[in-house]
Amino acid sequence: MRSRFSRRDFLKFSAASAALAAAGCATPSKARVVVVGGGYGGATAAKYLRMWDPAIEVVMVERSDVFTSCPMSNLVLGGTRRIEEVRRRYDGLRAFGVQTVFDEATAVDPAKKIVRLARGGDLAYDRLILSPGIDFQFGEIRGYEEAMRAGRVLHAWTAGAQTIELRRQLEQMRDGGVCVISIPLVPYRCPPGPYERACQIASYFKKAKPRSKVLVLDANPDVTSKTGLFKRAWEDLYKGILEYRGSARAVSVEKPGIVSLEVEDVKADVLNVVPPQRAGEIAIRAGVADAGGRWCNVDWRTMESRAVKGIHVLGDATLSAPGMPKSGSMANQHAKICAAAIVALVNGQSPDPDPKIVNTCYSFVSDTEVIRVSSVHQWDATQNTLVPVKGAGGLSAARNELENRYAWAWANAIWEDMGLRG
Amino acid sequence: MRTIVFCAALVLAPLLGHAQDPNAGRNLAASCAMCHGTDGRATGAFEPLAGMRADDMVRKLKEFRDDKRPATVMHQIAKGYTERQMELIAAYFAAQKR
Repeated sequence: MRSRFSRRDFLKFSAASAALAAAGCATPSKARVVVVGGGYGGATAAKYLRMWDPAIEVVMVERSDVFTSCPMSNLVLGGTRRIEEVRRRYDGLRAFGVQTVFDEATAVDPAKKIVRLARGGDLAYDRLILSPGIDFQFGEIRGYEEAMRAGRVLHAWTAGAQTIELRRQLEQMRDGGVCVISIPLVPYRCPPGPYERACQIASYFKKAKPRSKVLVLDANPDVTSKTGLFKRAWEDLYKGILEYRGSARAVSVEKPGIVSLEVEDVKADVLNVVPPQRAGEIAIRAGVADAGGRWCNVDWRTMESRAVKGIHVLGDATLSAPGMPKSGSMANQHAKICAAAIVALVNGQSPDPDPKIVNTCYSFVSDTEVIRVSSVHQWDATQNTLVPVKGAGGLSAARNELENRYAWAWANAIWEDMGLRG
Repeated sequence: MRTIVFCAALVLAPLLGHAQDPNAGRNLAASCAMCHGTDGRATGAFEPLAGMRADDMVRKLKEFRDDKRPATVMHQIAKGYTERQMELIAAYFAAQKR
């Protein structure tokens, strides 16, 4: 799924380069913004920049020419959706005048304001937006990379090939087998995601392999999101199928078929161990991962890095504001703060001093029923960050089928809002 | 006297907030797009907002805020906005083509 080199891609890349060169001399734009990453943050930022100021040139660099959504991808594991249904194409962005380059950004020179591409060539920028998502801290779990290469352990925490492989392993598993889902300490991408996944796999087992078990080993002391709603669903729907253990941190996957905790070994037929995470590699190379070398501090009024001027960071890679989850919705909203701020700055105006954004996140607890959490986040000048608005936001009253319909409406709307097409 | 005026300006400036930003309505309304579509042109199960009369939208938002209108999520989101912000959002969507 990543970094395929084909002749077609190369021609596209050459065309893009030629277009960039032409744009540089023939039709001078107000500014060139390079966006690295075409996920919920990057694609939205690219589209909104062009929508709000067509005189800004926007080049989006993305490794894959197909978008695969993490949100909704747990349904592929549950077997009610196919991977194609959570995939979209980037064609829609080009209709907004976004130039797409399918390549990997390998380095950033903030002094020269240049992004280096894997296939060679540099892109100059006036402002850079990094929306790289996450990379994994494989070293935190002994034997992880070797076990992953051997297919003995999967994270499936970036949607795509690993999602497909995890589904295959679940299908091949004997009835009576055990699937372990191991969850890292917060902060990690998509707080409710692992618990939704547990529901989806349990839902599949209940129908297809009723003697099988899902064992959730959570490094956190308790469920980190939608706690009561998930526990209620487990009690009502998956008793005897799904077992949850808190304060159970995975430390090793060196032994085949075993995940080792600090004090004991746990056997499993399918090992879905989600490692701890950090900002995507390019953020670290660009020098913006100033929070422990792991996440990126930003000014939430502009999304500009607090470490390096001229570089903005969006989405999961940021050091989250208080009460703010690492979610696709939030990345989409970060992107709009960022686009508004860059448009203002490029036009010699001040950025909006008082941004306000919304999170909404749906989780499927069965093949039909959904639970949701929402929050509103506003700028707080005394705390110098975004904070949840007190009294706003909240959870679904109970799991329900109505929000299944809204969950899909959200997914289709946000993919379109990102400039993607089916 | 000049000092007093200057101080008053300093105190008031942050309070004016959105009133100062010419794009405040557009920026606030952009949050709605992830469900209601870019510029409120929804194609799915959510209500389209583009072209909705501003007074209608403000009334609905207040009803959501006050738990007087059935909702799955909007009653929780509407509580996060001031009346002034609701008016800015409504004015933006009212000006969008359906």
